[in-house]
Amino acid sequence: MSQIELTELQRRLIVETQKGLPLVANPYAQIAEQLECTEQQVIDNMQLLQEQGVVRRIGLVPNHYRLGYVHNAMTVWDVDDEYAVELGERVGALEFVSHCYLRPRHLPLWPYHLFAMVHGKTEAEVELQITQIRELLGDHCRQADRLYSSKILKKTGMRLKSKS
Amino acid sequence: MDSIDRDLINRYQGDFPICARPYLQLAEEVGCSEEEVIQRISAMLEDGTLTRFGPLYDVEVFGGQFTLAAIEVPEDRFDEVTEIVNSFSEVAHNYARNHQLNMWFVIACEVANQTDEVVQRIEQATGLKVYPFPKEKEFYINLRFDV
Repeated sequence: MSQIELTELQRRLIVETQKGLPLVANPYAQIAEQLECTEQQVIDNMQLLQEQGVVRRIGLVPNHYRLGYVHNAMTVWDVDDEYAVELGERVGALEFVSHCYLRPRHLPLWPYHLFAMVHGKTEAEVELQITQIRELLGDHCRQADRLYSSKILKKTGMRLKSKS
Repeated sequence: MDSIDRDLINRYQGDFPICARPYLQLAEEVGCSEEEVIQRISAMLEDGTLTRFGPLYDVEVFGGQFTLAAIEVPEDRFDEVTEIVNSFSEVAHNYARNHQLNMWFVIACEVANQTDEVVQRIEQATGLKVYPFPKEKEFYINLRFDV
């Protein structure tokens, strides 16, 4: 991944907005006032950060529990290493998988390295999704587990420390 | 939540406008006033329908790192350990899960090599082993929820 150097203003812009955008008619003008720059500078830099991928997205982040997606499972799989990337791509492409990663194992406690997050409004829906993943993995899967989340303990997102 | 709230959520999980009057643009799209859009977003943040509103940043694009980590927390220490782990500003999310490893959290560091140090500090503060799960490969990510 190519790395991007943030300018001083961009870093301050991130620190200023990481908790959220102001709920006023001219939010970027209000940010500009805080940063002692122009509204146009805020808008230009925000657009640039979005183009560069520093901003993944801007918008409303719903609490998926409150939307009825109360069953959330981290499904974890131990698959043949030589097929792991190919299978990860296929699992990640499933419409109901929100995140999919390869991560290290911690043997003997944790033999799994392919992680896929699934969400549903009922447990039956999630179990059906898990069955579909298992079918896709076929004989390449040696063992698997599913970890349902029982509680959100924290969900603040990334926080850069303010410094100058 | 009514149909306008639903419309706002379905349309604006990703592409909130970057312009002088962004809420006015939303207002025209969903068919209410600019002021009402602001009030609706504010109310949904307050009642917990939204967890956040604004830009989501990716530290990895500018040299940082997100790392998943887990701890096996004794049940009788769960609340206390939750408080300690959540007190770290580097901990972005934390979930209780039904497994021997029963606490799973994401560490976000501005500089990639700070992660090990944060892991060590959490181990010292809790007296428990932290299992890091840095990602080795990321596949497609789809974070939209329709309502």
